[in-house]
Formats: sequence, C-alpha cells, structure tokens
Amino acid sequence: MEWETVIGLEIHTQLATKSKIFSGASTAYGAAPNTQACAVDLGLPGVLPVLNKAVVDMAIRFGLAIEAEIAPLSIFARKNYFYPDLPKGYQISQYELPIVGLGRVTIELEDGSTKVIGITRAHLEEDAGKSLHEDFHGMTGIDLNRAGTPLLEIVSEPDLRSPQEAVAYMKKIHALVRYLEISDGNMQEGSFRCDANVSVRPRGSHEFGTRTELKNINSFRFVEKAIEYEVERQIEILESGGAVVQETRLFDPDKGETRPMRSKEEAMDYRYFPDPDLLPVEITPEMIEKVRAEMPELPDAKRQRFIEAYRLSEYDAGILTASREMADYFETVAKAIEDAKLAANWVMGELTGHLNRENREIGESPVSADQLAGLLKRILDNTISGKIAKEVFEAMWAGEGDADTIIAERGLKQITDTSALEAMVDEVIANNPKQVEQFRAGKEKVLGFFVGQIMKATQGKANPAQVNELLRKKLSS
Amino acid sequence: MHDKTLTELAAGLRAGDFSSEELTRACLERIAEHDGTLNSFITVDEEHALAQARAADARLRQGEAGPLTGIPVAQKDIFCTDGVLTTCASRMLENFIAPYSATVVEKFDAAGAVMIGKTNMDEFAMGSSNETSYYGPVRNPWNPETVPGGSSGGSAAAVAARLVPAATGTDTGGSIRQPAALCGVTGLKPTYGRVSRWGMIAFASSLDQGGPIARSAEDAALLLGVMAGFDERDSTSIDRPVPDYTATLNDDIRGLKIGLPKEYFGEGLEAGVAQAVEAALDEYRRLGAEIVEISLPNTHLAVPAYYVVAPAECSSNLSRFDGVRFGHRCEEPEDLEDLYKRSRGEGFGAEVKRRIMIGTYALSAGYYDAYYLKAQKVRRLIRDDFLRAFEQVDVIMGPTTPAPAFRLGEKTDDPITMYLSDIYTIAVNLAGLPGMSIPAGFVNGLPVGLQLIGNHFDEARLLNVAHRYQQVTDHHLQGPAPYV
Repeated sequence: MEWETVIGLEIHTQLATKSKIFSGASTAYGAAPNTQACAVDLGLPGVLPVLNKAVVDMAIRFGLAIEAEIAPLSIFARKNYFYPDLPKGYQISQYELPIVGLGRVTIELEDGSTKVIGITRAHLEEDAGKSLHEDFHGMTGIDLNRAGTPLLEIVSEPDLRSPQEAVAYMKKIHALVRYLEISDGNMQEGSFRCDANVSVRPRGSHEFGTRTELKNINSFRFVEKAIEYEVERQIEILESGGAVVQETRLFDPDKGETRPMRSKEEAMDYRYFPDPDLLPVEITPEMIEKVRAEMPELPDAKRQRFIEAYRLSEYDAGILTASREMADYFETVAKAIEDAKLAANWVMGELTGHLNRENREIGESPVSADQLAGLLKRILDNTISGKIAKEVFEAMWAGEGDADTIIAERGLKQITDTSALEAMVDEVIANNPKQVEQFRAGKEKVLGFFVGQIMKATQGKANPAQVNELLRKKLSS
Repeated sequence: MHDKTLTELAAGLRAGDFSSEELTRACLERIAEHDGTLNSFITVDEEHALAQARAADARLRQGEAGPLTGIPVAQKDIFCTDGVLTTCASRMLENFIAPYSATVVEKFDAAGAVMIGKTNMDEFAMGSSNETSYYGPVRNPWNPETVPGGSSGGSAAAVAARLVPAATGTDTGGSIRQPAALCGVTGLKPTYGRVSRWGMIAFASSLDQGGPIARSAEDAALLLGVMAGFDERDSTSIDRPVPDYTATLNDDIRGLKIGLPKEYFGEGLEAGVAQAVEAALDEYRRLGAEIVEISLPNTHLAVPAYYVVAPAECSSNLSRFDGVRFGHRCEEPEDLEDLYKRSRGEGFGAEVKRRIMIGTYALSAGYYDAYYLKAQKVRRLIRDDFLRAFEQVDVIMGPTTPAPAFRLGEKTDDPITMYLSDIYTIAVNLAGLPGMSIPAGFVNGLPVGLQLIGNHFDEARLLNVAHRYQQVTDHHLQGPAPYV
C-alpha cells in the first residue's frame, strides 16, 4: 500500500523582549541559575502577573505577516499541571481565544514549486523553568531564570506532507520571526523549538490516521530525522496489522529514534480556565495600524524587489532573501559598489562558501559587508583582477585587514601603466615569432598563450583587458 | 485609652495627650492580657511595632503626621509582611517569612501606622467561623463559647475586644462583613479593584478584596482612604481617583432611597435578627430615608455559583504550595509524587482540601461547561439583578447574616450549613460591589449586623449612610463586658 504522511507543527518561539512576559525580571540568556527570577517568577504567595505590552505588538506583527485575523479580544488562561520547574503549578497561556487567528505562509519546495501552509493560530504564553538532572547525585536542580520568558506558540494546520515540507515550513517561520525582529531564533539556546504531530494514512484516504506527538525538537535536521523515523515506525506497525497508539514521544538525537513519553490514557487534563488575575487583551484597529506602519519588509516582498531592482534571477533572489541578515548584507554591498550582479556573485560564491566551510552564520562573518564592498570596488576600478581579489578575500577572512591594506602590503596592485605593458607586449612578440606566425595565419587561440606569458611575467598583476587590447593591436599591425 | 475609637486616638496623638509608643505599649499589654483566651493573633511583633511607634512619634513631633500616623493596626495574616511570618493560618506556611510586603501593608507603613501583629483567620481564608485555622479557633469576645465568624475572625475579635483600634480583613464571600456582624464591629468590603491585591495571598482571585475592620464608619473611612488606590502591580486594580471618604460622612441622607430585597427576609432568617434590622430601618426612616421593597430574583443561585467559582480558582491558586520552593515540605520524600502528595496532604487542612477537590472537579474536562461556565453565567445574572436595583435605589440593606454567632463546633461537621451562613454576603462578591456591615443591636447578648450594599465605587455613600446611623445610635459603641 502507498502511504501518505500528514504533519502539523507547533512551533514555540521566544519573543525578543528585555523583560519577562508577566514580570520585570530580565530575559537575558546564560546567567547563573535563579539570578533572574523575581518574586513573580518564583510564584511566591501573593504575587500577581502584569502583562508586558511589548509582546502584544510582537504578536500583532506576526499576525500581520501571515495575513491572519488579529483577535480584538483575547484571553489568558491557566494551564494547570504540577511540575517542579513550573512554579505556580500552572502556566499562563491562551486557550479558547488566542491573539492571532487563522493565517498562512507560502513555502518553497526543492523542485522549485510552492505550497501554501495554513496556520491555525498563534498564542502568547510564558515559558517554564529548567530541571537539571545531571550533577546533583540523585536530586534534581531547578533553574527558574527561563520561567516567565515570553513565547509565541505557532500552530500549523495538518498541511505538511513530508519531513522535507516540515523543514521548509519551519525554516520559513524561522526566517519570518527573525525578519520581524520578534525573536532571535537561536535554536541552541532553545529560543526556537517545535513539537511535531505525525500520522500516516493510505494515499487517497480523507480520514486522518492516529497521530503521535514528537516533543521539543530544536533543530531543522532533528525535525527531519525524527519525522522520518516516526513515519517509518508507523507504517511498519500498520503494515504488520497493528495500530498506532496515540501518545507523546521524545526524539533521541543520539540514537536517531523516537520513544514513548506518555500515552493518551495518561494524558493530562490541564483544566484550562481564564486567568482571573489578568484582564482580556483588547486590540483596537488603531493599534493594528500602528504596528502595520512599522512593519519591516517581509521576505516575499523583498525577493520580488530584489528581482526587479537588482535584476536578479528568481533563484538568486530567493537565496539572498532567505534570511534578513543575508539580504541586508547583500544590499549593503550592492548599494556601495553599484553593481548588483558582482555583489550577488560574491555573496553567494566566495562568502557563502567560506561560511559553509566553517559552519558559520552570516552574522559571524569575519568579513563585513563594508569590507567586501571595499574589495569589490578595487575590481571595478581595475586596481586588481577578479583572480587576485580572491587572494585578497582569503587574507581578509584571516583577519589581515581591509582590501586596500592587503593590496598595498602584498603589492597586488594591477599593472595598468600602458607604456610598461607595451614594453612587455613588444618583448613577448619579439621572443615568440612562431606563435606570431600562427596568430597571423588566423589561429585566434594563440592569443591566450601571449596573455599567459605576460601574466606569468607580472605574477598576474597585469590588467587582462588592457593586455588583450594591446596584443591585438600589436599583432595585427 | 483602649475604649477610644481610632478617630479619637488620632486626635489624642496630635494633641500630645499620649505618644504612639504609649498607645502601642497599651495595645501590646492588652493583647498579652486577653489574647490567651481569644487567640485572635498568630504573630505579635513587639519590637517591630515599637520601632514603628517611635518613628511615628518623631513624625508627629515634626508635624508630618497623617491621620493614621502612630495608630496601631493589625494585619490579617493573609497580607505578606516583609521579614515577618506570614502563615495564612496554614501549616503549609508555618515557616514562611515573606520577603516582601503587600501593597496594603506598604500603604499603612507609608501612612505611619504601627503594624502590631498578624491576626488569626480561617486557613487560606476558607471558612466562616475561624475554626479552620491551623493555629486554633478564635473566640468571640461577646461569648467565648461562640465563633467570631470568618474568615477575618481574628481581626474582628481583636477590634471588638479593644485589643487594637483597627485591623485589615479580606472578603471573598463575606469574610469581612460576617465576622464584623458577629463581633459587633464595622467592616467594609470595597468594590472589586478598589484595593490592591498585590501581596494578599489569593484564595479566589476574582472575588478577593481587602478592606478595613474598625469600631465605626468614621474610622473605616480613614482606613479605606489609606488602603484604596490603583496599583500597577495588580492588573485588576482600577485606575480611579480615591475620594476623601471622611469629607462626605456627614452629608444629609434625607430622600435616600433604600432597597430591601425581599429575598433577604425569607426562610432561614432568625426573628431576632429580622427585628434588629427592622429597628435599624425605622431609624433610617427617621433620618428621612425612603424604604423601597426590591427583588434580586437570582439570590438563591449565589451560594451554588460561589461554591463553584471560588473553589475552582482556589484549586489553581493553591497549586504553588507544592513543597518545592517554600512552605511545608514532607520529611524524606521518596520521589516527586510522594513529595507533592505528602507535602500537600500534611500542609493543608480538611476544608482547604475539600475546596481544592471541588474546584479541581469543576474545572475537569467534561464538567467545565456544566459547572464553571454555568456559574460564570449565573454570576452575570446576579450582577444584572443588582444593577437593575440600583436604577431604583441608592443603597440596598438587609441582615448581614441569618443569625448571630453560633457555637464553636456547631457547624464544623456540616459544610453546607456553614456555607449558608454567608447567604446574604456572597452575592455582593459575585457582583464585585462594595458592602458593609455595621452593628445594629443584639439578640441574647450577641451582636447583629446590618448589611449595606452600594453600587460600584460607591464606598463614600455607604460610609456616609453608616455614619449617619451611628450618629443617632450607640450599638457600635457597645463592647463585650470583660473587655470594655
């Protein structure tokens, strides 16, 4: 039988506020345990939450970006369960009335086609703390620094049909929240993670199969691997006549497999009810318009603009707008040198190559956009050739300074002095009468030989266009 | 000195008749003398009180005193007090020294009042008799065999016995008004949102409201002036100016329209209480008020709705008491579940457990719509009843409780009967309205309370109406014989 995979993702993205969603404590990552947890975060008797208004604007921004309805009235609810890193015994979340309603995003697939993925809702909630099971010899340590950190939970429709689509969708949302500057999207620090709901069904069927929920996956690669494993596991069960059990499973990245965490029978009853300590969040059309006016350019719009303004191909524009940092980098270079094609080639070529080789993000590039522009300007004004530029780039990457310094220190300046070049051309012609004969007999290819001789003599510093022109002139005369 | 009202004591401090330190020492002596019997205090912090008294005396000398500067005030042990034991009368918090102060406590501190101690109460404010306290029951000063009411029973008893001129209370379903009635003192529950809940340990967040307990409406006006006001740390507090409640105390009440809900005078109301209320109404007629019969048709739904909403909220509010970060923790837990079960099992008393279980049930999947959601709809109906009534009348009056103080132990085995002692007070919380109880006479030597209910934010009128009555009657001046 042929099987169809059905996937829905719940993405938790940490909102980039300075203070927590319901208290004034800092959200900065990496502080000593429990040093960024105030009375509210600790859930002391008598404390009360006060909503950080910055998160509302961020949620609106996200809602606008996915063309969703922004709820004029949304409600915070308590999700009740006991866990040592959940100080109040409940998590403040949103349940029946989330702040962002039905929306959608378009994802690009590897074959170049696109697909629209529905987003059921996005809601605001607070994060829990962390339980630390190592280093405590049979005890558990609790760090409440993360407790109360604002999260936006983004729930997709079950529209995804393969692990690859799931990854494309997750990357799309990741780029979007970073574009919108509502999250740093840092996956190592847990600022962007997801749960995947996975089921399979016979192709052509309209009923959903029994699903499992894969919890807390924090990388694109793990999402793909976890879903791949889970799909295979479910198909195997079904094909051997068994039934998939509805349950929550954990992905173990070391073993590359998922294993059960709790079954539906043990499923929690969270006893959601509206939090009486918080007022409903009211959002007026004026608030929405204010946020709309301050919206940054979104990836799709930017890609279109790049195609039109910089005459880039659809493919190049797609790559250059994949992240906001990449787009900003490219645009800084392109504007500085007024040559978009050259800028695009270098950003996608040398720069991306170096980044990939060292597994770095563009934000961590040792060569800044301004420095790269400085280098490319020297190609455009004929100070150096493209080939020499690569050598200079290498030195810049190693931290030897900007292009002009390196060119000067290494004496890489191109020879453009016509009289000096003319003398060299004359000399090469005089020393190679046989090749001169061949060229004059119509063997155009021999020109390359002469150019090579001059480049060799100048260690590549001769201006190739000038050399070509001089050679043609002299050989034809 | 102990028989003086807060207003009289404030005048004496200003005139230099006595110092705050002398007054505070006098209160401490009375507590030492009488509280062995009454058990109205959980904590008395002599050192802290005397330090505040001396600071108040300095302010008084420098002419920087406000009306409450130097006045000893007791705090219900539900308000967090920085550096002072705050137990909520529960074994769960037997060892809890609050690391911060409630807004109400901060406001009294800023006014220069002297925090003399923390009063006994029903555990986590759940009770109507003060018998659920981990620290033992409080005795009613009018008759030590009877209860003082609850949950602010310690505060009401301490004020009635003249141990302290004023105290704070909190009122979720009648917890200020019912003990005020049973102890023969004046208690006011403000409009929901009028007094900050920051630092007030939550029982049922949408119903809880702090307020004053004192000997007269005039005293309550001074206290409310200090307690009330917007607090950005409490999202449900309301940003609205606080009037000078003392300025309108003497306003003429001729032409005042008083509504009498016929539902408050039906079955279950003791004849003696009804007579006392009738007599009070006659007094109001003489003061020029007009009495109108009204109907609050959904009154009978108030107790059932309350006992869904309040336990539901409490079941969630009390989840933080898990033995992990503060409060009671069982000895040598085997694992996490054992830690939770034994810490909570040992830390909470029977009534608290009962309400947590009721609330957990009411919020459970499959029951939520039938109980919690329905109760919220009933709440709206009850509120609408009152708002309709206030289109016709200025204040609503009736008995605070169906009967005077009952005997200790009389209702402890019958929670439903106990819950019904709050039958006239609960609806006010569900509607978020301000309500007062003032002394209106006696039945068999036990005080009877008259309840006054106002429209939202109409505290000034309630205090005015109560004060005019207290100008022509002396019930509020009566004290229990051994303590006068």
